Amino acid sequence: MGYETVIGLEVHVELKTKTKIFCGCSTNFGDPPNTNVCPVCLGHPGTLPVLNRQAVELALKAATALNCQINQDCKFDRKNYFYPDLPKGYQISQYDQPIGEHGYVEIEVDGRRKRIGITRVHLEEDAGKSMHGEDGRHSLIDYNRTGVPLIEIVSEPDIRSPEEARLYLEAIKSIMQYCDISDCRMEEGSLRCDANISLRPEGSTEFGEKTELKNMNSFRNVQRGLEFEVQRQTQLLEQGQAVTQETRRFDEATQTTVSMRSKEEAHDYRYFPEPDLLFVHIDDAWLDRVRAELPELPAQRRARFEQELGLPAYDAGVLTAERAVADYYESVVAAGSDAKTASNWVMGDLLGYLNAQGLTVEASPVRPEQLAGLIAQVDKGTISIKQARDVFKLMCESGKDAEVIIKEQGMEQISDEAVLVPIVEEVIANNPKSVEDYRAGKQKALGALVGQTMKATKGKANPAVVNKLILERIGG
Amino acid sequence: MSVHTVKEILASLRRKESKPSEWTETALRMIEQHDPTIGAFLTVDGERALERARRLDGEAFDGALFGVPYALKDNICTRNLKTTAASRILESYIPPYDATVAQRLAATQGVLLGKTNLDEFAMGSSTENSAFQLTRNPYDVKRVPGGSSGGSAAAVAAGMVPFALGSDTGGSIRQPASFCGVVGLKPTYGRVSRYGLIAFASSLDQIGPFTRSVEDAAFVLQAISGHDERDSTSAPQDVPDFVRGLEGGVKGLRIGLVTGLDEHGVDAEVQAAVGKAVQTLQDAGAEVVEVHLPHLRYAVATYYLIAPAEASSNLARYDGVRYGRRAAGQSLAEMYENTRSEGFGMEVKRRIMIGTYALSSGYYDAYYRRAQQVRTRIREDFEQAFKRCDVIVMPTTPTTAFPLGEKVDNPLQMYLNDIFTIPANLAGLPALSVPCGVSSEGLPIGLQLLAHWWDEATLLRVGHTYEQARGFAMPLPRMGA
Ligand SMILES: [Zn+2]
Repeated sequence: MGYETVIGLEVHVELKTKTKIFCGCSTNFGDPPNTNVCPVCLGHPGTLPVLNRQAVELALKAATALNCQINQDCKFDRKNYFYPDLPKGYQISQYDQPIGEHGYVEIEVDGRRKRIGITRVHLEEDAGKSMHGEDGRHSLIDYNRTGVPLIEIVSEPDIRSPEEARLYLEAIKSIMQYCDISDCRMEEGSLRCDANISLRPEGSTEFGEKTELKNMNSFRNVQRGLEFEVQRQTQLLEQGQAVTQETRRFDEATQTTVSMRSKEEAHDYRYFPEPDLLFVHIDDAWLDRVRAELPELPAQRRARFEQELGLPAYDAGVLTAERAVADYYESVVAAGSDAKTASNWVMGDLLGYLNAQGLTVEASPVRPEQLAGLIAQVDKGTISIKQARDVFKLMCESGKDAEVIIKEQGMEQISDEAVLVPIVEEVIANNPKSVEDYRAGKQKALGALVGQTMKATKGKANPAVVNKLILERIGG
Repeated sequence: MSVHTVKEILASLRRKESKPSEWTETALRMIEQHDPTIGAFLTVDGERALERARRLDGEAFDGALFGVPYALKDNICTRNLKTTAASRILESYIPPYDATVAQRLAATQGVLLGKTNLDEFAMGSSTENSAFQLTRNPYDVKRVPGGSSGGSAAAVAAGMVPFALGSDTGGSIRQPASFCGVVGLKPTYGRVSRYGLIAFASSLDQIGPFTRSVEDAAFVLQAISGHDERDSTSAPQDVPDFVRGLEGGVKGLRIGLVTGLDEHGVDAEVQAAVGKAVQTLQDAGAEVVEVHLPHLRYAVATYYLIAPAEASSNLARYDGVRYGRRAAGQSLAEMYENTRSEGFGMEVKRRIMIGTYALSSGYYDAYYRRAQQVRTRIREDFEQAFKRCDVIVMPTTPTTAFPLGEKVDNPLQMYLNDIFTIPANLAGLPALSVPCGVSSEGLPIGLQLLAHWWDEATLLRVGHTYEQARGFAMPLPRMGA
């Protein structure tokens, strides 16, 4: 019997605010432990939360970009549980009136568009970070992250494979980055993902028993963890055993999942409305402004690249995955380059170089106008494509313009016929054998003559012009 | 023993007949003399208080409470001064910050003398739930001062300080004010910032003053009121001039008498004293109307679901991890368990359990949600009532101060003592307790006045008018049995 995989994802995204959601502490990542803290985020007796409007703004933006219906009167609730990294003994979150509900994102699976439903988007505060000592007797806690604003994006169980899960995550990340909502750096924890996964006999409409999967710290691990779960659950079902409802942890070392806790140990969070905060009213003007200010989203941009710029779907997909890359690419085109040529350069040499160096596109040593300048030099025939790739490397190292490097390196291609004619005539005169061979029908002989001319010009002659001049003289 | 009001002290200071340090010295002397018996203070910050007062001696009269000594209930955070909420779990807790009210009072150049006793985390009606000491009623030391702000009430009643702040969640200012024969005011919810008040039940807690006159209450309220951006529930509401608003009398004002209060077991002497007070107001020109509060009878039950529910969450932070007491344990769970078992007293544990239960999945709708619905009804009752009247009159408590130990093992009896004070908290209304007589046993009786939301001005005006017209002065406490 075949099984269908059913996956739902819970994604936590840290919002890019300067200060925490309920106090004035900095949200800066990587500062020394417990330096971005105050009585409020440490949960001292008597302290009270004050909502950071910017966090609501970003959550609203996110919910809008994810096509959610917005709850214009949303409220905060307390989620009660004990853990040392949770200073108040409760997390301020949103329970039954989240900021957004009933949204969706689109992914492309095997060339077809698929809509993944989003159940809800809600705003909440992050907890601190526990670090457990190797002696097994001590734990240390860094409260810098406590109170950093988060949104939780809960998907519908619409995802049907580990690969779709990865595509969904990439789509979410892309949207968050486009809207400047979050950095979505999984390695820094600014994007985190938990998954619910179950199997059911193909054709069945009822859900099977699910497991919750945690601790997957990269998109790849999400896919791998889910793949392992599919395998594990399939095996169980095939052996006639039941899947136990439980929480499992992905173990990176073994690439497997291990049981963390069973359902019986599941928490009763005792949600109730947070009495220290007022209802948040999002008036029409606020909502309208956020909608109007929403940037072009990845899916729209991709379509535009295909339709208006005539790019192949593959190119459009690669270029629009990250907003900064798409912005870079568009600047190159705006500076006068041909769309497809620019795409080849950005996807090929530029991203290749940046990836090798571990640089983001924002940190590229070659600015878009400079890349356009280089492309223009090729178009003009000043240098060959092959030369251009060498020039690009030098541009990356020096930050200089293509024109400057071409001059410095004496690379200008000679296209001036007045300069080339005497050289070509000399080559013809010195190589009667080749001329004879060509006339006898040996095409190869033409290459030899061109090669001699290139040699005589130290490779600077424009091969196309040389070709033409030789043919004019030896007939053909 | 001679006691002075804030007004008298300020007048004397303004006329330069006395110096701030003299008032602080007098207050410290009173504490030294009487507090061993009364037990109002958990911390006396004498040296620093004297230092502050002496510094003021050399300064020009400036702030609104220049040179006036005062005390704060020990659930109001004070920077660098131990704040315990009368709980073992915060036995040695020194806050790194000042509550907004502490800051505002400091800005008026008042002189903080120390921190007063309370029921642990303000949970109780007798101050017997303090983890540290009993506080005795200055009118009869065998009796309770009321609670939870029993220390603040007793300190003012005993003449140790001319005013003190308390907090009122279900009557914790008004009930001890009534028992100790002083004025106690619970402002409208949102009038005074809660920032720095150790939370018991966030949607009910409100800070307010204990004073020896209604006029003083107006004065102190003025100093602590107003929006605070650190407390989102503090309202951006204009603060009127309460002191100026005191004059003008009650002519034409409608006083609402609540029907059917007899069923709540009001003591005959209390009933008589309150009746007399109503007559006094009527004689002063007020008109008396009857009002109905049909959901009043559900107030105690409602309160004892909502308050513990919020408390169970508010007290979760006392886990031994970051501050306060930490007990040893072999595991995290055991450390939590030991810390909280040792750190919290019986009543606190009881309420945490009730609250946890009320919020549990499967019970939430039947208890917490239901209680919130009834709370709305009670609020609506008042909305209706205030269409017919300007202030509502009730006894503050059904009885006078009860003997120490009498109800400590009977929580239900203790809870029922709050029947008349709880409704104002549930509805968020301002309410005032003014002494209106003394029982045959020499115990003070309190008259409670409630006014419309944000209308402390009318509340204080009626209280002040009554105080002027009542025709007797409260006898000074005996400080003995
Ligand atoms: Zn902070």
